Amino acid sequence: MSDTLRPRDAKDVEAAVQSALAEGKTMEIVGHGSKRAIGRPAQSDLTLDLSTLSGVTLYEPQELVLSAKAGTPLAEIEALLAAKDQQLAFEPMNCAAIFGGAAGPGTIGGALAANVSGPRRIKSGAARDHFLGVCAVSGRGETFKSGGRVVKNVTGYDLCKLMAGSWGTLAVMTELTIKVLPRPETEQTLLIRGLEPGQAITAMTAAMGSSCDVSGAAHLPAEVAVRVPAGEIAGGAITALRLEGFSPSVAERMRMLEALMRPFGELASTDETISRRFWAAIRDVAPFAAEGPAPPALEDERALWRVSTAPSRGAEFAAIIANAAHVHIFYDWAGGLIWLALDPSHDAGAALIRGAVAATGGHATLIRAPPSVRAAIEVFPPQDPSVAALTKRVKDSFDPRGVLNPGRMWAGV
Amino acid sequence: MSVAMPLPDQTVLARRERIVAALRDIVPGEGVIAAEREMRPYETDGLTAYRQLPMVVVLPETTQQVSRILAFCHAEGIKVVPRGAGTSLSGGALPLSDGVLLGMAKFNRIREIDFANRLAVVEPGVTNLAVTQAVEHAGFYYAPDPSSQIACTIGGNVAENSGGVHCLKYGMTTNNLLGCELVLMTGEVVRLGGKHLDAGGYDLLGVVTGSEGLLGVVTEITVRILKKPDGARTVLIGFASSEDAGECVGKVIGAGIIPAGMEMMDRPAIRAAEEFVHAGYPLDVDALLIVEVDGPRAEVDHLITRLEVIAHSCRAVTCRASRSEEERLLFWAGRKAAFPAVGRISPDYYCMDGTIPRARLPQVLKRMRELSETYGLAVANVFHAGDGNLHPLILYDANRPGELERTEKFGADILRLCVEVGGVLTGEHGVGVEKRDLMPAMFSEADLNQQQRIKCAFDDKGLLNPGKVFPTLHRCAELGRMHVHAGRVAFPDIPRF
Repeated sequence: MSDTLRPRDAKDVEAAVQSALAEGKTMEIVGHGSKRAIGRPAQSDLTLDLSTLSGVTLYEPQELVLSAKAGTPLAEIEALLAAKDQQLAFEPMNCAAIFGGAAGPGTIGGALAANVSGPRRIKSGAARDHFLGVCAVSGRGETFKSGGRVVKNVTGYDLCKLMAGSWGTLAVMTELTIKVLPRPETEQTLLIRGLEPGQAITAMTAAMGSSCDVSGAAHLPAEVAVRVPAGEIAGGAITALRLEGFSPSVAERMRMLEALMRPFGELASTDETISRRFWAAIRDVAPFAAEGPAPPALEDERALWRVSTAPSRGAEFAAIIANAAHVHIFYDWAGGLIWLALDPSHDAGAALIRGAVAATGGHATLIRAPPSVRAAIEVFPPQDPSVAALTKRVKDSFDPRGVLNPGRMWAGV
Repeated sequence: MSVAMPLPDQTVLARRERIVAALRDIVPGEGVIAAEREMRPYETDGLTAYRQLPMVVVLPETTQQVSRILAFCHAEGIKVVPRGAGTSLSGGALPLSDGVLLGMAKFNRIREIDFANRLAVVEPGVTNLAVTQAVEHAGFYYAPDPSSQIACTIGGNVAENSGGVHCLKYGMTTNNLLGCELVLMTGEVVRLGGKHLDAGGYDLLGVVTGSEGLLGVVTEITVRILKKPDGARTVLIGFASSEDAGECVGKVIGAGIIPAGMEMMDRPAIRAAEEFVHAGYPLDVDALLIVEVDGPRAEVDHLITRLEVIAHSCRAVTCRASRSEEERLLFWAGRKAAFPAVGRISPDYYCMDGTIPRARLPQVLKRMRELSETYGLAVANVFHAGDGNLHPLILYDANRPGELERTEKFGADILRLCVEVGGVLTGEHGVGVEKRDLMPAMFSEADLNQQQRIKCAFDDKGLLNPGKVFPTLHRCAELGRMHVHAGRVAFPDIPRF
């Protein structure tokens, strides 16, 4: 059991990293631990627990900007925003379902460090696109900042982009500034029933290529659709298209979208409540929720992969996998984001999935598997040698001694 | 104007003949320009007050040539300055006397248009507008629209992370990219991203975007394209004060409306634009808002009605919504011509580019008026009101001794003011050489050192576009040195469990 440090402020974080450097120790950086089971299982000498570094430090709704300490609960931020009819447009995922724990949605620092983005990614961008400014302590024990609190800024390198998706391997973020956006007045979802994946991709491509401004496009084969906890929509495969905005606009776009989708199959539309519930389930990958009793034993759960590819290649990718393994699949991001659940195995299906990604382009990350599997195979996408070398040099520029989350993404990084 | 650039390396200049010959081996024919008269067009960019002839100009046509040029320069210790169309307003493409000017204009092909995946694969020398022109027959467009879009290149847009009037709703360049092919200073070619969304590892594309040509040379770019909205309408709203206009902008956003564009002009800018293009702007107001909403007809009409209600609640003096596409374009014509319009009323003008938290606008404008009196120089303001990006235009006459220097001082004061109120030095034009020495107003030494360490990860010898962005150049070895204080008390008094 490693020692846990709970810094009270950013100065404490700096002192902690400096001390770790002086003692030659490594650190695991955690917030609420909601995504702690993602990545290579690395042993660290110390745990730096940022959950006490909490609180919204600035929120100006009319400026569309919010700053918060890294350990601030996402739930607190989302409640604050909701009170002003605003939201985090990137729809961060709540990992509680897939890990079967009670960890909840986690912290703002964790959401940005993992760059998790939900169904609205295709319209509003990823978490990284809303990341305006950061204050952090590098693995050199130095406090630095980048960006600012305004949405338009090109002063210096955009280090926020590097922080997003770096899983705590470059620096310990202490405070983040993000762009927030108005919450749509209403939403509706159009369902098309009974499509095969290939047809569904064609339908979603047509919808995304229209001026209907679709903010969510997902396809669930029948065996996955029954697992969506939004009851009323069940019955065969479903392809779902979300429209959000002001009521008159949503109504007009729904008419346009229905006309466009009618040739594809039987249509149904959902009201706002069911639509919200449905997209929350897609965001949280609820169809592949952990099934065992809590606390979950990852050994018994199916392996879960997250694959990003060109939308038009989505069905082809899935077909390669389905031919070779017992797998459940659903598609988000109009076919560009594929979630796969496979029966447990020694490599969680890695060889098969990496092979399929090589054929169709994109990248795959193993999201859920027991530690022994995550130790044995690459969890994050393998990189070609030139990108791997550049990645290592970037890591060294922040954390040359490998103090922060060593090996979480790749060995040596 | 004067700015200190890295001292020319005499050993490089002494080898000029040999270097030119080596470059001719890599790029045959007319791709290497060494005659002074022919290099003249490359001596400056959009910031014409700075001029410098390069040692030699090379115009490669293939990634392999770019790779070989950079590998050669890396091995020989020769500096390289990349250049797109040369429209930078911050001196980003200013040559170095001992440097190779790497012009990317011949990379002008659109390689692939993929409507199914809503993307285009283009070479960096393709102009911004040409991307839209290549896809508009199918009703698509490329969203970032810097005002130089007819001339500026996508490669330059990536280097500068260019914005435009529509970036509040549709994002800047960084939000509209999927991938790129990048040549490092060593000549190594790396591919970042692709046709899929998001990086599988570090977001290297994200840090390359807006790096002002200091990290690598982009030779291919994959951009997202969007379906054009069905329609758009624009409303012109005049106010007796900038305070009222600022309040209106805040209320629009507070009402959950993100306009496609929201521009503000002050009295001098309104007058200059109206006299130039006769767009029908009211001349008896202190601030004019141009607000555009787009989408299906029902949405646009609904929002125009709401905008009118908000405008009147903020004491609007005039309020006119466009009733036809011609009228909408006319409303924009004044704003789009604002810079040349100011150019008509003054021999020279200097365009600034800071961003401020929008609520501080009245304070910033008031201070700017005071500075204007102190310096004895007039200023006209054009403002991307939605995102707080200010473009003050300082009016001066370069032929009057000392006026240019006064203008520069005035400009620097404005940018420092932006930082003081919580804003930043540059919203979309880049740091370049222009704002380089102001960087310490916004960043500490530790902040700048960490940025330069990234530079070292990409360019260990500091040969790519040196003298831009960073006020002080450090050697990578010096930046990489660790100062670990062994023997200190471990974790002094941090609560531990």
